[in-house]
Amino acid sequence: MNLNKLTIKQALEGLKAKRFSSEELTRACLKQINKTNKQLNSFLTLNPKAIDEAKTADKRIAASIKSFKKYPLLGIPYALKDNFLTNGLRTTASAKVLDNYIPQYSATVYARLKQSAAVLLGKTNMDAWAHGSSTETSDYGTTRNPWNLNHTPGGSSGGSAAAVAADQSIFAIGSETAGSVRGPACWCGVTGLKPTYGRVSRYGVIAMASSTDSPGPITKTVYDAALVTQVIAGHDPFDATTSQKPVDIKPQALSSQTNLKGIKIGLPQEYLVKEMDPKAKKLVLQAIDKLQQLGCQLEKISLLDPHYSIGVYTIIQRSEVSSNLARYDGIRYGNSRSHFNYEAKNRVMLGTYTLSTGYYDQYYNKAQKVRTLIINQFNQVFKNLDLIVGPIMPGPALKVGASQASPMFGELVDMLAEPSSIAGLTGLSLPCGFVNHLPVGLQITGPQFAEQKVLQIGHAYQQATDWHTKKPPAYD
Amino acid sequence: MPINKLLIGTQKNHQLMTKYKPIIGMEVHVGLKTKSKMFCGCPAHHFQVKPNTHTCPVCLGLPGALPVANKKAIDWTAMLALALHCTINKHSRFDRKHYFYPDLPKGFQISQYDQPLSQKGYLTLDSGKKINITRVHLEEDTAKLLHKTLKGKHVSLVDFNRSGVPLMEIVSEPDISSGAETKEYLKKIRDIIRALKISDCDMEKGSMRLEVNISLTGSGIKPYKVEVKNLNSFRFVAQAINYEIKRQTALLQQGTTPRQETRGYNPKLKKTFTQRFKEEAEDYRYFPEPDIPPMVFTDKDIAQWQSQLPELPEAKVEKLATQHQLPIVTARLLVSKPANYQYFLKSLSVAKKHKLTSQQLANLIINKKINLTKKISDELQRQTQKQTVDPVIIKKVISDNPDVVKKYQAGKISVLGFLVGQVMKHTQGQADPNLTQKLLLEKLAVKK
Repeated sequence: MNLNKLTIKQALEGLKAKRFSSEELTRACLKQINKTNKQLNSFLTLNPKAIDEAKTADKRIAASIKSFKKYPLLGIPYALKDNFLTNGLRTTASAKVLDNYIPQYSATVYARLKQSAAVLLGKTNMDAWAHGSSTETSDYGTTRNPWNLNHTPGGSSGGSAAAVAADQSIFAIGSETAGSVRGPACWCGVTGLKPTYGRVSRYGVIAMASSTDSPGPITKTVYDAALVTQVIAGHDPFDATTSQKPVDIKPQALSSQTNLKGIKIGLPQEYLVKEMDPKAKKLVLQAIDKLQQLGCQLEKISLLDPHYSIGVYTIIQRSEVSSNLARYDGIRYGNSRSHFNYEAKNRVMLGTYTLSTGYYDQYYNKAQKVRTLIINQFNQVFKNLDLIVGPIMPGPALKVGASQASPMFGELVDMLAEPSSIAGLTGLSLPCGFVNHLPVGLQITGPQFAEQKVLQIGHAYQQATDWHTKKPPAYD
Repeated sequence: MPINKLLIGTQKNHQLMTKYKPIIGMEVHVGLKTKSKMFCGCPAHHFQVKPNTHTCPVCLGLPGALPVANKKAIDWTAMLALALHCTINKHSRFDRKHYFYPDLPKGFQISQYDQPLSQKGYLTLDSGKKINITRVHLEEDTAKLLHKTLKGKHVSLVDFNRSGVPLMEIVSEPDISSGAETKEYLKKIRDIIRALKISDCDMEKGSMRLEVNISLTGSGIKPYKVEVKNLNSFRFVAQAINYEIKRQTALLQQGTTPRQETRGYNPKLKKTFTQRFKEEAEDYRYFPEPDIPPMVFTDKDIAQWQSQLPELPEAKVEKLATQHQLPIVTARLLVSKPANYQYFLKSLSVAKKHKLTSQQLANLIINKKINLTKKISDELQRQTQKQTVDPVIIKKVISDNPDVVKKYQAGKISVLGFLVGQVMKHTQGQADPNLTQKLLLEKLAVKK
């Protein structure tokens, strides 16, 4: 078996047993990247120090087996979305405005992964500034879906999801504003966790919509997602919106909690939207049946129609985008404002409009009011329920070019992720079947800081099914 | 000028004053002397510091950087607000104020908009008139632009040391009616801030910056507002206001409404001048700063700030007037310099031993007769010695110089200086010259 196909759990076991070295593991990933990146376009920049980092990891392993305690991801190669600042390594957020930007400091997430001795392979492609859900707005060309190159991998963390699906990397880091981790994870047939807003630091992540941005892992299994989240989560003195709550994510505990008896899950009828692909819908309902077989107690619930979230999310996100992009004023980062692409300009204009005097109350303020309604409704629902389940995307991956026809493409395909993002909840996306050889995903949403519970039922599901083990044939 | 013409002049002025009423509001920005900046850990002091040495990703506005609010700055601003009788808003937050300028690296300034830390306070002038305070809020300072010529080229340099320094903004209602009132208002604000020890309020270092909004009202006048900026002394504020009142009065008399604009002040010419026009209100597209959670304060927080307030100038004046029988004017002079006030209180008992009244002590301090850095009793010893000149020496000088005395008595008053000099010689310069002269005169008068 090729080493690059391993999960984090398997790789750690192999490294511990000295069946292979981190250098071999890293080289296997780099080999796959070299072989496949031309087709996939998932990596923008490779880390020239990757092998050195792997060698350092090997020295630590050789020094003491206890090193794994100190460095929980010791020697594990990974890919980082290009909106995370990496000190000394080019960071562009796939935007030409930052074409040659070398950061002077590192994002907290990157610093923590470095601290845990994971090996950075490189930076992955994304929608420019994270504006999109297909990776098609990237100024460096779109990423392709490993399951079918004519299809998009989803976005905005499309490069990260494709890298994991094509075994270019053992795991990857993405970031989500509304659906940017869960969406591409679904379309690429891998696992994606959007942690609670404020659970993982945003410091050093090029901001998209500050009030919903949440960094999260894209992995091959739910167990791996827990391993990574445990490392990157927790209070950060550099991000005032991170929570002081202790991190209670325990990957080891997942294995002993495969019985889901007594866990109450709810399926909101409104989330089986009219746009839903009937075959995908069937697969999602089958997955929910499986959860019931594992002991979950299902209730049919009612929530605000997710279509309302599209408007709320769009206004808040565009407003924040218009503000967050103001610093790229052409004075400092080398490239002038003419380098902003169509999508960014479009968003800046709409956001500027919704924040303008006379329109603020009509748009931004009203959106915030509906946002409060959505939050209150979730709070109400979670009084009687543990988790909410349903589809994450209306159907399997769309064809490359699909986003061009619709200026609201991202907001429409992400509508099932938007309500939970607006409310700052945690959500997991995991594969639950295929339609036309393209993956379909199940979404599990929990209240704020309920990551462990969400991961628990996700893990139990993957223990009972094998959808997550399927590989895209061209890259197997 | 013939007296009748003068009278007519005053009458005319009086008519003008009643016809047009000045409406003046102040915006005062004060840089806080916290250790670190408002939203990052960089040192906040920036005066005469090597440019761009106190910077980090946050105050440079780099991609991905996030602000974390400085608690001390919030505490201090709340304390000033309480000192100005403001109501603390229990729900407060920061907002983004957007505009483009090279000294603003994020493209927005983090300020406060509709939920400031505090609002609705007042400050009482000596006349008893209350100037209402609209709000006291907190924001971040911008970077500093330096316009220089380097190698024959005109360049603008940006120093980010000032970027992100905590800045309080104190906004008054347009309740002020004259340059003199403005000056008093500003002095009082400054004295309170200095008593709180939260800023030096040093205008030369830019830690206190002033903006005036001034217009005239009266029947038939369309509302307008003229803003005067870049005023770096209280005196200039008063002068600028007086100039503006004259300028705007003249315009209104011609039937012209003064233009809505921002003006600067030239202290040499004692004139204001047009800087830029404001056709419409600028749209800053304020919205709540999503990177900083909203602030919630409790009664306990407010009580704590209240308990940390030092004795304020108003209370000090009151105390000096009632407990130490000082005239209000003397009390205010003493209080205006915290060091003088402290010295006065500490010296009271020693002064009593030297048979000095509190009024005499206060005068000595105010007239800078006492070196505040020296030991109290030594200083008072020196001062009280000066108060008396040994009569033996006076007598001796008079009897030793009969010729000079004769000259004096013959009407040559200027020789008195010589006699004073002789006394000074005998006392090694310790005698107070005024007192010596007085005693000599008394003695000489008797002799006559």
